[in-house]
Amino acid sequence: MDNNIRIEVKDVNFYYGKKSALQNVSMDIKKNKITAIIGPSGCGKSTLIRLFNRMNELIPNTKMEGTINLDGENIYSSKIDVVEVRRQIGMVFQKPNPFPKSIFENVAYGLRVNGIKDKKYIREKVEKSLKNAAIWEEVKNRLFDNALGLSGGQQQRLCIARALAVEPEVLLMDEPCSALDPTSTRKIEELVLDLKKKYTIVIVTHNMQQAARIADYTAFFMMGDLIEYDITDKIFTKPSKKVTEDYITGRFG
Amino acid sequence: MIKKEKIYKYLFASLAFASLVFLVGITIVLFKEGLPIFKEVGFFEFLGGKYWYPTYEPADFGILPLVLGSFAVTGGALFICVPLGVGSALYINEIASQRQKTILKPLIEILAGVPSIVYGFFGMVVVAPFLQKALGLPVGQTAFTGSLMLGIMATPTVCSISEDALSFVPKSFRYASFATGANRWQTLTKVIIPSAGSGISTAIILGMSRAVGETMTVLMVTGGAAVIPHTLFQPVRTMTATIAAEMGETVLGSSHYHALFAIGLILFFITLVFNIIAELISRRFRIKLGLGR
Repeated sequence: MDNNIRIEVKDVNFYYGKKSALQNVSMDIKKNKITAIIGPSGCGKSTLIRLFNRMNELIPNTKMEGTINLDGENIYSSKIDVVEVRRQIGMVFQKPNPFPKSIFENVAYGLRVNGIKDKKYIREKVEKSLKNAAIWEEVKNRLFDNALGLSGGQQQRLCIARALAVEPEVLLMDEPCSALDPTSTRKIEELVLDLKKKYTIVIVTHNMQQAARIADYTAFFMMGDLIEYDITDKIFTKPSKKVTEDYITGRFG
Repeated sequence: MIKKEKIYKYLFASLAFASLVFLVGITIVLFKEGLPIFKEVGFFEFLGGKYWYPTYEPADFGILPLVLGSFAVTGGALFICVPLGVGSALYINEIASQRQKTILKPLIEILAGVPSIVYGFFGMVVVAPFLQKALGLPVGQTAFTGSLMLGIMATPTVCSISEDALSFVPKSFRYASFATGANRWQTLTKVIIPSAGSGISTAIILGMSRAVGETMTVLMVTGGAAVIPHTLFQPVRTMTATIAAEMGETVLGSSHYHALFAIGLILFFITLVFNIIAELISRRFRIKLGLGR
């Protein structure tokens, strides 16, 4: 198989109760690239990335068909430990959701739940993760303050640090900037561009300029169908489908 | 039209303030009828006295045995209602299916609606003889029997308030925890319970305040001996049971009468303190989770 593929989605269908949310989706997510997923509300973007770390299983009454491979291995196989999948695939949510704990403990959380006890290691890892998430300078003097005292943008970068601390291979971001102001958004975008050196990033976004600015590949979804998936430049300059063009030129959505 | 609106405004305002009037009224009466005892017995002598012989000549008005009786029964009740109440709240909130939830929660709340006399009756006729036999005690009516009954009575309070606290924990905390590779148990113990912690403490304190103030059941099942308890397995008499049992036989305006009111006054302060603490903690809880005041 192609060594540059990290996640392979094959013939995936997904249902909330009887309602279909994704139909026959197949796509490959490339290693160390940023893949943006765009489309109108309710098109299945968030649903799709929640399938990548099996968060869909926390919602009752849902059904998934098809396979999703991470580095060639089906993460939905019965032999796979879901906790292990979630450790390898980190996630950042739409609204910043730090725990009501200290900044330090938020980042250390993933290490602790994975059984790491070495205090020195945890301290170093927390510092490194906060640096990687470009928030270290702002919080280094108040690591033991409650994380809820940070601004929205800082909270979101803290959540990124929390996800990075367990060294995932893939980072899923579900509209990470939708609750943030333009300055914080710019910071997160710069950060994401920097992170792709080490991680494979899948980002769901409502903001088409954001996709155009940072993504290498862009997938356009509508009503649960993958309409078009290509290099970002091509999607935004010469889309092959009429609906894609209508959407990106703002004719609907 | 304007006049009519004013009438409504004052009507509802007076309804809203009615409970305040009752509270003030009760407080005034408690003070007026309770304070005179301290002309005869010093406050600390009253609170710390080891003997309660209100009808002897001269009488002894020491309520320490009653206070300790109340605390023994309430403390024992905590050991029953905290695991039962918090445990069932965790089950209902975290593990139970939607179907189980819709059956379990109302069922537990029905427990709260059972009249206390029924608990007392059940405790006296079924539980006390059973405990006497099973544990080989000289009498079945003990502090422990009272704790058991009160514990069961306070369980619905603890359960339903804890369950509310757990359901106030934002779902996003749970998602964040799972997404970092935590399992269910870790998510529960490291994120959900600490986040709901002060809400659960509030539940426990309110359960305690319910147990301290309960009268009928303890009167029926704890044996009524006004002596300082050394174990949970001996008869005790609580503050509430003392008032209930003796008020009918005392002479209006006598020292005994004033002493009973003073006990009521102290009980009133104990439950007031519990409720204030519970309110403070739950306020902090709502602020901590960003739910506002």
